[in-house]
Amino acid sequence: MFTSVDDVSARLAETGYLASPAVATTVFLADRLGKPLLVEGPAGVGKTELAKAVAEVARARLVRLQCYEGVDESRALYEWNHAKQLLRISAGRDETWDEARTDIFSEEFLLSRPLLTAIRGDEPKVLLIDETDKADVEVEGLLLEVLSDFQVTVPELGTITASRRPFVVLTSNASRELSEALRRRCLFLHIGFPEEELERRIVRLRVPGLDEALAKSVVRVVGALRAMDLRKVPSVAETIDWARTLLALGADHLDETVVRDSLGVLLKHQDDILKAGAKLDLDAV
Amino acid sequence: MSTAERLTSLVGALRAHGVRIGTGETVDAAQAVEALGLADRERLREGLAATLLHGTAQRQVFDPVFDLYFPRGVGAPEETSGDPDDLRERLAKALAANDETLMARLAVEAVDGFGGYGNSPASDGWSSYQTLDRLRPQTLLARVRDDVRGQQGMSGFTDRLLEDELRRRIEAFRALVAAEARRRVAERRGRDEIARRAVAPTTDRVDFLFAGKDRLAELRRTVQPLARKLATRLAARRRRAARGSIDLRRTLRGSLSTGGVPMKPVLRRRRPARPELVLLCDVSGSVSGFSDFTMLLVQALHDQFSKVRVFAFVNRLDEITRLLEHGAADPEGLGARIRAEATLTGWHGSSDYGVALGEFASLYRDALSPRTTVFVLGDARTNMSDPNLPAVREITERARRVYWLNPEARAQWGTGDSAAYEYAESVEMHECRNARQLSALVGRLLPI
Repeated sequence: MFTSVDDVSARLAETGYLASPAVATTVFLADRLGKPLLVEGPAGVGKTELAKAVAEVARARLVRLQCYEGVDESRALYEWNHAKQLLRISAGRDETWDEARTDIFSEEFLLSRPLLTAIRGDEPKVLLIDETDKADVEVEGLLLEVLSDFQVTVPELGTITASRRPFVVLTSNASRELSEALRRRCLFLHIGFPEEELERRIVRLRVPGLDEALAKSVVRVVGALRAMDLRKVPSVAETIDWARTLLALGADHLDETVVRDSLGVLLKHQDDILKAGAKLDLDAV
Repeated sequence: MSTAERLTSLVGALRAHGVRIGTGETVDAAQAVEALGLADRERLREGLAATLLHGTAQRQVFDPVFDLYFPRGVGAPEETSGDPDDLRERLAKALAANDETLMARLAVEAVDGFGGYGNSPASDGWSSYQTLDRLRPQTLLARVRDDVRGQQGMSGFTDRLLEDELRRRIEAFRALVAAEARRRVAERRGRDEIARRAVAPTTDRVDFLFAGKDRLAELRRTVQPLARKLATRLAARRRRAARGSIDLRRTLRGSLSTGGVPMKPVLRRRRPARPELVLLCDVSGSVSGFSDFTMLLVQALHDQFSKVRVFAFVNRLDEITRLLEHGAADPEGLGARIRAEATLTGWHGSSDYGVALGEFASLYRDALSPRTTVFVLGDARTNMSDPNLPAVREITERARRVYWLNPEARAQWGTGDSAAYEYAESVEMHECRNARQLSALVGRLLPI
């Protein structure tokens, strides 16, 4: 899919995703070694966006499995279409039981869920398993077969093996420790907050109307907030939101009033806002 | 040294630091090296990290070890200046411009110029401490700040951020110097030894008793994720426990309508009682890092228990539950606030377990019930006073479970004024020296 690390950066950038060297290198390796990519990091640094960008670059279909507590086999893998099966049984009345039985457990009555969808068919695909840590431990077991051998076993049909391996991205906020077995099958990538310069470029790309000097100030203030000991430090998504807010407010430079009035866009807890206000010398927030 | 050998000794050094790496990962890493080539060092670093590591915390061990096995350069730099003033000058410029490549080069020069000590082959080496002592980068702060202001003017809101930014850059430079000194020493003494000795352990393996101020701050940051992890584990355990066992009597009674065939198993109902927790923390100077950390963890786990009561003592005991109320406490000043607001000391300032445990057993006996689990946190060093074992026995009789977490290494127990083994006779005592042990213990010992 990619010829070099630079190729990854360049082509991701075309889709509007500016990758740090770490991201570009790891994506390149995941493609080259054919391994799934486990991406961890705080919320809002572009883990999900990365999968979307890779799909766009590869002109691949993005298959997404959103994990949540209670997601199970029938949501992740496949399910039999019972209604259709019943319909089929009641429609065909003059055949033998054996014929009907083989018929209702065929492809036609199989409902593919994301994991099965991702390994069937020949078109290129990117499989995004989002917020893997939210799923119960049992689901990880389900993922193991898919991730190591790229195959799924349906008892009535046999094993379905991918003819073309999808590019797999798993994301996690580390709210639950993922199993060692799962980690072993993946390349590991931690996306942290970007370097100042990269973040400035991201902000400029996402908020085109913002001028260079203001973008620089915005990133510096966000950097200062991240260095504070807050309950929830702002991430890239919040930086972009803030830049948009400033643009909407018509601010052409940062001063106390502007920052004080819009700090809520960056910080989501009242005590964080108070703390940051005190540290930045904003009077009476 | 071939790349393959280099890679395997890198893996060996990482394993020695507790990073679990299988052969499969080493093979992946070799493939990564092949795919990436050796030309770009930072790419190589990321590639190896991606294939060898499984978690974010391991990165802080990985980076210094990588620097040793895949060094930026070999031997001394080509040009060095022997003049500290000249170097300070150039460093000031680099700091002002935030030029990271230049700072890295200056770190190399600085160690070469000012870090060397000794002149016999057996005892000489390179010291980052000495380098930084001669260079004193922190004293450049005011000057660089004025320089930058001079260039850009005092304009704008972001000006007030400048000082902190510069401080962070100086900190980064110090780290660069330390890495360079390690590399130079490793060249002389052998990488394997330095990788084993000079690389700091991951945060969860830092000894509570020996953690410096900055490591404690780091430890505090590990509390949140740790607490969340434990909370999900407890919730899962509770869920499993709630599925419960079969109530035979009611199942059989239900089976009467189906002619004695038990069609519907009836599960035993559980009382949804949340367990209660009592903490007795020694907060005297010697173990304060440990108890601070544990209290933060408990505070974070607060909503898992119906009632948590925390008591602190040095040689007097006082309840500090109110100080730990969620949201109100800021971790920074917690220890100081406890010492300021609670009555913890009587006639002298050293810990006295006997008196404190006695006070607890007599004044707060209402805190104990058959639902309570008690954790005692401390090193059991009583300063030669009476350990008051009857009080401990009384506590164990009234509570459901009592555990003692001791931040000292097991080998130290019972030495000097430690009454650890005496207490361990009536209380289940566990060694708990770092965050990793603590989370394992808490996960195992906490009641469902």
